[in-house]
Amino acid sequence: MDNIFDNITSYINAFVVGGIICAIGQILIDKTKLTVARILVIYVTSGIILTALGVYQKLVEIGGAGATVPLTGFGYSLAKGAFNEVDKYGLLGAFTGGLKATAAGVTAGGLCHKVTQPPSPCHVPLSRPLSYLSPNNNSLL
Amino acid sequence: MQNIMTKKEYQEYVNKISPNSKILRNTVRAFVVGGLICVVGQFFTNAFKARGLDETSVAGLTAMVMIFLGALLTGLNIYDEIGRFAGAGSIIPITGFANSIVAPAMEFKSEGYVTGVGAKMFVISGPVLVYGITVSVIAGILHYLLRF
Repeated sequence: MDNIFDNITSYINAFVVGGIICAIGQILIDKTKLTVARILVIYVTSGIILTALGVYQKLVEIGGAGATVPLTGFGYSLAKGAFNEVDKYGLLGAFTGGLKATAAGVTAGGLCHKVTQPPSPCHVPLSRPLSYLSPNNNSLL
Repeated sequence: MQNIMTKKEYQEYVNKISPNSKILRNTVRAFVVGGLICVVGQFFTNAFKARGLDETSVAGLTAMVMIFLGALLTGLNIYDEIGRFAGAGSIIPITGFANSIVAPAMEFKSEGYVTGVGAKMFVISGPVLVYGITVSVIAGILHYLLRF
């Protein structure tokens, strides 16, 4: 445990920044009748555009997880990955960087439906996601 | 009260009589729940950082943990309850992204594992990935061109 006060500040910042990003989404839903899928697409693309403009990096510095957990943060990771790889490997990096940086999240998303295959939804043991890690788990087949 | 209304007039009428306070209430709920989900994310970020992991690993692990939590809560039918209360507060965080994958996967399981679960789970997240990847490639190419 280093600086407790530092930790508390980071939680407050995450709460405020994350809350504001979600509140904007709610206003968009209520005012424009956009569907959820469209809102999510708008959030990811605006995250990328704001990162390209150098705005979102500042938001991440302030808000921490408040800026990276909302879907705009997924766009931020995509863009940051693409830019870093372009700097390292040139033009090919534009095609490989984004998915490389978000591979953990995308793979977790693709796997996570496995969590929902319990015998009955009411009796899921809380250790369920960890069962992926077990080598003799034949529910993966 | 006129009987014949165009769609636009009807919309204006609805906007006039529907209370604004409902939007305010929804926005406050989205703010609080969305903020709290981000606080959970910050907790994991701080915990991974404290273990001395580098920034990329911290971001990836936090995203994975949040996605698993979102998927688990969806499987337990808890996330839908949160969503009914919080609206965008539960949709915008990455846990909502997990929810948008898991919920159709559960619903269409009866249609089989390939065309049911496999195809329908990306019904909302598919467009997000397609446009996210496309725009990030365009941004990467622009970054490459503007470097010089």
